[in-house]
Amino acid sequence: AETVSQLRQKVAEIQAVAEERASAGSDMTEPAPTRDGAFGLGRGAMPEEVAAWDVDVLPDGRGLPEGRGDVFTGDEVFAEKCASCHGDFAEGVDNWPVLAGGFDTLADKDPVKTVGSYWPYLSTVWDYVHRSMPFGEAQTLTADETYAIVAYILYSNDLVDDDFELSHENFAEFEMYNTDGFVIDDRPELEYSNWRTEPCMEDCKPSVEITMRATFLDVTPEGGGDSVMNDASAEDTPTFVASAQTGDTTSGTETVAAVSASVDPELIASGKKVFRKCQACHDVGSGAKNKSGPHLNALIGRQMGSVEGFSYSKVFKTAHEEGKVWDEAALAEFLAKPKSYMKGTKMAFSGLRKEQDLDAITAYLKSVGE
Amino acid sequence: KEADPLITEVQEWASLTGAGVDETPYGLPISFEKDVVRRNVEWLTASPISSINFTPIHALDGTITPQGCAFERHHSGAIELRKEDYRLMINGLVDRPLVFNYSDLERFPRENHVYFCECAANTGMEWAGAQLNGAQFTHGMIHNMEYTGVPLRTLLNEAGLDAAGDLKNKWVYVEGADASSNGRSIPMEKALDDVLVAFKANGEALRMEHGYPVRLVVPGWEGNMWVKWLRRIEVTDMAVESREETSKYTDVYEDGTARKWTWVMDAKSVITSPSPQMPITHGQGPLVISGLAWSGHGKITRVDVSKDGGISWETARLGKQGDSKALTRFYLDTNWDGKPMLLQSRAMDETGYVQPTKNQLREVRGENAVYHNNCIQTWFVNENGVAENVEVS
Repeated sequence: AETVSQLRQKVAEIQAVAEERASAGSDMTEPAPTRDGAFGLGRGAMPEEVAAWDVDVLPDGRGLPEGRGDVFTGDEVFAEKCASCHGDFAEGVDNWPVLAGGFDTLADKDPVKTVGSYWPYLSTVWDYVHRSMPFGEAQTLTADETYAIVAYILYSNDLVDDDFELSHENFAEFEMYNTDGFVIDDRPELEYSNWRTEPCMEDCKPSVEITMRATFLDVTPEGGGDSVMNDASAEDTPTFVASAQTGDTTSGTETVAAVSASVDPELIASGKKVFRKCQACHDVGSGAKNKSGPHLNALIGRQMGSVEGFSYSKVFKTAHEEGKVWDEAALAEFLAKPKSYMKGTKMAFSGLRKEQDLDAITAYLKSVGE
Repeated sequence: KEADPLITEVQEWASLTGAGVDETPYGLPISFEKDVVRRNVEWLTASPISSINFTPIHALDGTITPQGCAFERHHSGAIELRKEDYRLMINGLVDRPLVFNYSDLERFPRENHVYFCECAANTGMEWAGAQLNGAQFTHGMIHNMEYTGVPLRTLLNEAGLDAAGDLKNKWVYVEGADASSNGRSIPMEKALDDVLVAFKANGEALRMEHGYPVRLVVPGWEGNMWVKWLRRIEVTDMAVESREETSKYTDVYEDGTARKWTWVMDAKSVITSPSPQMPITHGQGPLVISGLAWSGHGKITRVDVSKDGGISWETARLGKQGDSKALTRFYLDTNWDGKPMLLQSRAMDETGYVQPTKNQLREVRGENAVYHNNCIQTWFVNENGVAENVEVS
């Protein structure tokens, strides 16, 4: 009898969830009317909804909003929002894309494909910057800022003079350096006709020799096969290292829970989510490295500007000389408005507005940054 | 010889009880298989948020890739988008611009198809020479799943294409909801052919890393066009020429001009075992040489295998008849004499296309290409059974 009542309870629970779904509304639509060849599903898109999402710009300039920006303004906006990854002169930092130069290298062994040397349409630059940049803070640039950044990128490529202003009015006139550099897929003509033949089965070549071995380069990461060059026998090769890829998301917080019962795991979890705004530039946790921002291990209590091998802005070098230390208050003030707390910082992030986000990220950084 | 204690002695697992049901309500592979995971090559990219990893194809068999180890490629990281918050817009040159939510999509007639998804950069690191020791790294930017979804043509028809007029030279621009806003232009002819708006893979919901709740499936064409977290479909009268179809996913020839709109993935194959991560450990005697073949042009009709670096070839056995634009498994059941081998495989598809050698590709394309390297791969297997990635004359 007990089992039956348990079963009934289970059924009731499942039905309750289904009812909740059905009554939630947001997931429901009107019954589908019939229409010739169509199902009558979905609803009309409202003009303001289309306007909010349909922001792509076509090569002929259709889709551009009104606006303008000059090289001078672009220089400032670029320094603030783009230079931490792309460099002050669009030369690229670390592995991040170089945006300027590379002209006359496209026929070289390692072509330098920049906005100037390679991109065929100016619309692509505007569209991409406006929709997808800055990395980690996409869709925050205004139309004028975008015009200014694009003007500056053109200037950094020596494609315009320093008094140039880009706007919706002169946009279509601008011709890119590599506009004519592309041909439409010609594999059918150049390749397919040659390779659709009956393949050779016997004596296809007189001899064969090895001309190149992967082990010469030794760039295979863990999990790849060891090789004959390593003098290994079949029994102990290849060596696999059990990687941290299964379960890396939990190890950090579990450690914390063991260290101190006073920390709030929910706050840390929420801080981990807030940290997604930072992770494009900052690394934290075991094995953290400097990216375009310094690693954030042991941040609280750390002297400002003290991470070895990281190239700090002037304002952080000064703070370092003055012996300033990151405590929770300083971090909260900095993260609320980075550019006013540290005037001249290279950090492009505009700031965390909510106090609970500041608390959460502090808790998270303390939890993982051992 | 001693009797095998695994047989003669009662083992723990034959005496004690095992795990009960519900121990793992959604299971992971058994712990002994923990090496069968996606891996990345850190030096390739600036950040794991905008990066790629590789399917452990060396350790899989059959053709279906489990979602949990199917390669990932993100441009701004994988996002968590609830079904309830999902919206799909169709606009542009259509009669009725529409917005669908997730449950609308479930009410259209849907289809099931198995397709491979290959990144255009798969094997791209091998242009310069043999670089990476492992089929996972040289050929692992591929997966193969059974998708459930609504044909894109059904949704386009729902919005009405009279406004587009002559459908020749019309395009469908597709765009994702993540911060990268990845967008690609697809010619109308393809959009009305076999493209799917998919929400299930291998029977279950898409994984976050593959675009949950909805992604585009563009059979036979490069993976970058399979837009994840699909949020907008726009009918246009020209290609948008987005960043992903101009500055990326184009190939530079030796003379500096570049090829664009190289959408289709040509026929290709690779031996997954033996391979650098899968040495022969059993010595001489029966040996199964196994691999994968696929073509964006249609079905695989034949795969040949060479043990001597391409001097002579034997036709392999297909695991089952090839599916169009899907992975086909091949086997060469052979007898290994313990001598070194230079293993190669060569795929043929239903159009008669024969997978080329790396030298053939270089003759046409030069050495500056990044994408679309579908050359014949060579593994050198030594007398100990150890395999290595090499190039041959």
